Amino acid sequence: MQEGSLGKEYADREVVCRQGEPGDRMYVVQAGRLEVLREEGDGEVLVGELAKGDVFGEMAIFDRQPRSATVRAKGNARVLTLDRRGFLRRVHEDPSLAFQILERMSLRIRSLNAEVVKLKHLSPPEPQRK
Amino acid sequence: MAMTLENGSRVAIIGGGPAGSLCAYFLLTFARRMEMDLAVDIFEPRDFGQPGPGGCNMCGGIVSESLVQALAVEGIELPANVVQRGIDSYVLHTDETAVRIDTPLHERRIAAVHRGGGPRDVSEVTFGGIDGHLMALAQELGAKVVRTRVREVDWQEGLPRVSHGKSSQTYDLLVGAFGVNSAGGQLLEQLGFKDKGPTTTKAYITELNLGHEVINQYFGSSMHVFLLNIPRLDFAAIVPKGEFVTVCLLGRDIDRELVDAFFESQAVKDCFPPSYSPQEGACHCSPRINIREADRPFMDRVVLVGDGGATRLYKDGIGAAYRTAKAAALTAVFSGVSAQDFQKHYLPAYRSIAHDNRYGLVTFAVVHEIKRVRPLIRGTVRMTAREQARSGNTRSMSMVLWDMFTGSSPYRDIFFRTLAPGFVGRLTWESALSLWGNGRKNGAGDARRIAG
Ligand SMILES: Cc1cc2nc3c(=O)[nH]c(=O)nc-3n(C[C@H](O)[C@H](O)[C@H](O)COP(=O)(O)OP(=O)(O)OC[C@H]3O[C@@H](n4cnc5c(N)ncnc54)[C@H](O)[C@@H]3O)c2cc1C
Repeated sequence: MQEGSLGKEYADREVVCRQGEPGDRMYVVQAGRLEVLREEGDGEVLVGELAKGDVFGEMAIFDRQPRSATVRAKGNARVLTLDRRGFLRRVHEDPSLAFQILERMSLRIRSLNAEVVKLKHLSPPEPQRK
Repeated sequence: MAMTLENGSRVAIIGGGPAGSLCAYFLLTFARRMEMDLAVDIFEPRDFGQPGPGGCNMCGGIVSESLVQALAVEGIELPANVVQRGIDSYVLHTDETAVRIDTPLHERRIAAVHRGGGPRDVSEVTFGGIDGHLMALAQELGAKVVRTRVREVDWQEGLPRVSHGKSSQTYDLLVGAFGVNSAGGQLLEQLGFKDKGPTTTKAYITELNLGHEVINQYFGSSMHVFLLNIPRLDFAAIVPKGEFVTVCLLGRDIDRELVDAFFESQAVKDCFPPSYSPQEGACHCSPRINIREADRPFMDRVVLVGDGGATRLYKDGIGAAYRTAKAAALTAVFSGVSAQDFQKHYLPAYRSIAHDNRYGLVTFAVVHEIKRVRPLIRGTVRMTAREQARSGNTRSMSMVLWDMFTGSSPYRDIFFRTLAPGFVGRLTWESALSLWGNGRKNGAGDARRIAG
């Protein structure tokens, strides 16, 4: 690890957080790439990829649900951890800090909407009831 | 004239240290969100690309854990060429022994940076340190930097006016971000400020060029903190950077005698290679540090941010600069620039820093007492060592010390945690046990092992 690096280093395929676990921190990618995976039955579905500057794990901080996906390093990656309590305290002092996160979440909802439309077009039309 | 910022409004920021650059950054970010065009001029005589005094804002160069995290959420990255070293632990040295405290996740959560170009004998200037980096971010958003020291400000038709050389210009808002190491007070007088500005005292910093190898071996990626029984010394730290370590002494009017006492103490000697003696001619300075805030940091169309107003006592001054700069920018863009607006929306953030320092003062006074009572300081170290040896969840002393020395939590928080009955009980117990031990426990080799 370079002297001037911040955060923690993860090796290729090392898991940062796992689906179903309680979420008491969030993360900011400092370097490298990570995969976001949904574990479904026996398999896993790739639902996204993260790169430098991306924030993840923030949903669990807001909704206090278990992690919705697993995040795993794709090649070497470096990630900074933010603890839940410290983050929430800062947001309560300065609510504008949440703006960046809202902005990212809203972008994500847009791309999810686009995905939903695509899927609807792909799947056979549902039988219509008269 | 409306006391609000509009499309085309002009803002002057006097001083381009962290407070000034961050204030410009947030003013322009918020204005963009409101689809408003602001013209922001930063006046700053220093060239942060220069090594030595010409480009340096004299400080220990620790970017606290809480600031690293807040900036990360803001989308402000501290790249590896600005961060001289990522810090993942600290070593607490007392007159007798040393104990190492790690971050819970063994993560590099604190950044050690140069201010500006770094010490005068630096071999290569990278990026202009944190000051250069933050200024560049403000410039990317459109801030204009005027390379001059402002000596003259006055009022014209209800607007603050800045004059330099032959040009003069009025502004809708003037931000005072001039710190405490220049004659900022003069400017305030010219504007008719009643307040005499912050109270300060003299600190001491020296930058020792030890080279990467020695630093890796002797200091590692730990910040070294000293609780020594030296009168007037409140806090001492050695911060490893790339090829330098920064030695930083804070207290009341640090003078030569105190600096010598520090370097001659066994605990400090043990940190360095056996043959090492402090270099003559190493880059050093005695900057002033803000120890009590200015009472009223604003008037109509003028606001003080950073050290020139209030800062956090001894710790996380850059973090306080971020908080005041952002609070001032939020007020100016979303509310207005009248004294009333600042009173309502800026003063609470400002006061919360100032108020927390009262707890800081008490905490440091208690630490002074602990340093003088040998069983207590031994008890503190024993309690910490025990917590570090176990992997359990009870790390109360470790976290108190971590938060106190890294500036990661409000002093109020720390203060109340130390009052918990369990905490006091355990410290008393460990202190009683320590009455059986004696003598200095660690030699140079141990300090090295601890740092490793
Ligand atoms: C010994 C010591 C150690 C410290 N260690 C740390 C630490 O490890 N971590 C931490 O977070 N904080 C630390 N601090 C505190 C930290 O240095 C300050 O809180 C921080 O620099 C404040 O930023 P600022 O922008 O308000 O002021 P400054 O950094 O002082 O910047 C003020 C700027 O204004 C410019 N200026 C002044 N007058 C004029 C004028 N008339 N016209 C134009 N420009 C002008 C100056 O050139 C300068 O660039 C330390 C302080 C001291 C004294």
